[in-house]
Amino acid sequence: MPDCEVLQDREIRDLLPETAVATKPLALPELSEPDVVRHYTNLSTLNMSVDTHFYPLGSCTMKYNPKRNERLAGLPGMAHVHPYQTESSLQGMLELLYAMQEMLGEISGLPCVSLQPAAGAHGELTALMTAVAYFQHRGEARTKVLTPDSAHGTNPASATMAGLTAVTLKSGADGCVDMDDLRSKLDEDVAVLMITNPNTLGLFDGQVKEIAELVHDVGGLVYLDGANMNAILGVTRPGDFGADMMHFNPHKTFSGPHGGGGPGAGPICVNEDLGPFLPKPVVGLRDNEYYLDDDRPLSIGRVRSFFGNVGVLVRAYCYILSHGPDGLKKVSEHAVLNANYMLSRIRHILPVPHGNRCMHEFVASAETLKKNKGITAMDLAKRLLDYGFHAPTVYFPLVVPESMMMEPTETESKETLDAFCEALFRITEESSETLHSAPTTTLISRPDEVTAARKPVVTWNPGD
Amino acid sequence: MKLEELLYADTHEWVLVEDQDAAKIATVGISKFAVEQLTDLVYIELPSVGTETQSGKEFGEVESVKAVSPLYSPVDGEVVEVNESLKDALETLNDDAYDGGWMIKVRLSDEASLSKLLDHAAYEKQCADES
Repeated sequence: MPDCEVLQDREIRDLLPETAVATKPLALPELSEPDVVRHYTNLSTLNMSVDTHFYPLGSCTMKYNPKRNERLAGLPGMAHVHPYQTESSLQGMLELLYAMQEMLGEISGLPCVSLQPAAGAHGELTALMTAVAYFQHRGEARTKVLTPDSAHGTNPASATMAGLTAVTLKSGADGCVDMDDLRSKLDEDVAVLMITNPNTLGLFDGQVKEIAELVHDVGGLVYLDGANMNAILGVTRPGDFGADMMHFNPHKTFSGPHGGGGPGAGPICVNEDLGPFLPKPVVGLRDNEYYLDDDRPLSIGRVRSFFGNVGVLVRAYCYILSHGPDGLKKVSEHAVLNANYMLSRIRHILPVPHGNRCMHEFVASAETLKKNKGITAMDLAKRLLDYGFHAPTVYFPLVVPESMMMEPTETESKETLDAFCEALFRITEESSETLHSAPTTTLISRPDEVTAARKPVVTWNPGD
Repeated sequence: MKLEELLYADTHEWVLVEDQDAAKIATVGISKFAVEQLTDLVYIELPSVGTETQSGKEFGEVESVKAVSPLYSPVDGEVVEVNESLKDALETLNDDAYDGGWMIKVRLSDEASLSKLLDHAAYEKQCADES
């Protein structure tokens, strides 16, 4: 081994200022390996996951993660390549990423693709930065981003991060964009309208083509938040209904694992006018060789090291190829069918304010129950844990009071959906005292969320 | 503070207008109805003294265990005083949305925006329609 060039014979304490050197050893826990393994294995059984419980978390598309994805992503050729290898030795991986760009371009109807963004919200930000670069190139200084009031909070947040100003659009009584409000807010300052379609109420906004035309008429761009793509794969394409750019959430639509904060991926697709402004590099094909195309003078530059979170993209690639075009269409058909089946049962238990049909998810309301019995959406959600179900999304979207947003996904059986509906029915018949103290079967019942948010303690103290 | 003497924005802020040294000073907060809808508040962001406020524009935000909500200024003018004690005692808003829960005082630059605000009866009706 060559000698270390840095330390040589010097002690670490000579290289660091006195204040940075510990005077006594750290109080690290002293545990045997089996103790540690048991601790974490036992902890993991306290979690709910798609592999252990039905998980109808609306807007999150908690579909089953096929184990085949894991097996294929773990192949040495996938798992052990290194981004510093030469292009010629990375041809297999580059081919996969190139094919992924092509497939996402086809599914979205927006042919120019960047795989770099590390999550859906990062994709939103990257696309908005791409739009800003496009407008700057055209000598336009547009400042506004329109987002419907049912949008994910990430939409206005991304707009602000990109240096633009978010303006909220009202929803009409039908849950879709209020066209009069839209018209009143459209002007030459509008850079982008961000729309989720189907929206977070599980409704496909049939006005979307007209909305896109109105935005295009004032020179603005339409961004599609791809969170709900699981409802429309192979049925319609954002590029066909007027979107200029969009992101995919591979962990929702293409069965990537939902990690605790990552790694994720949020590939974006844009039309040909915006393509030159996408982050670089993108994967190109020249003379039968795949290469990283860095020669993109209008590009906004890198938004992520290397090629993005490739491991997640590989799983999504496996999923897309496993299903093929017809299979992906079936995924969406079954997701929509399951949600409608569930809606048709749930609406007899809790009102569903936005109609008797939905796309891949729907929003029920516990408002009547709250008025009559003092039982809130939160109480129902907590009690469901005792019955062995993960709760649906509660209190989102904000346009429905006491909302419970349910998304069963295509991978659940009729028996599971029935069992969930029956449990929810039984819970609504229980006493409010029982529900206020739920859950009673979990290790921790109701954490004090208010104090946790007002006076958070974020460091561990050995004495605690 | 008499609720009947306040003006209200349809975005649930209340306003008390008083004369002070030849200027009109508006005290602004959010209504009890708004606080109840938001449930337990955990964070508030208010502007600093000297900030210009504009009717219909955000002057801060409140965060509850459910969501983050913008605070919209019901008046035009300059912030002359901020209720700094709210930050560490957000339960004040839950207990006393009016007197103790005031957020900012604004020296009005223009009184035109006041005519767009609702009186108590009209605001009560709006709340009844929303709930």
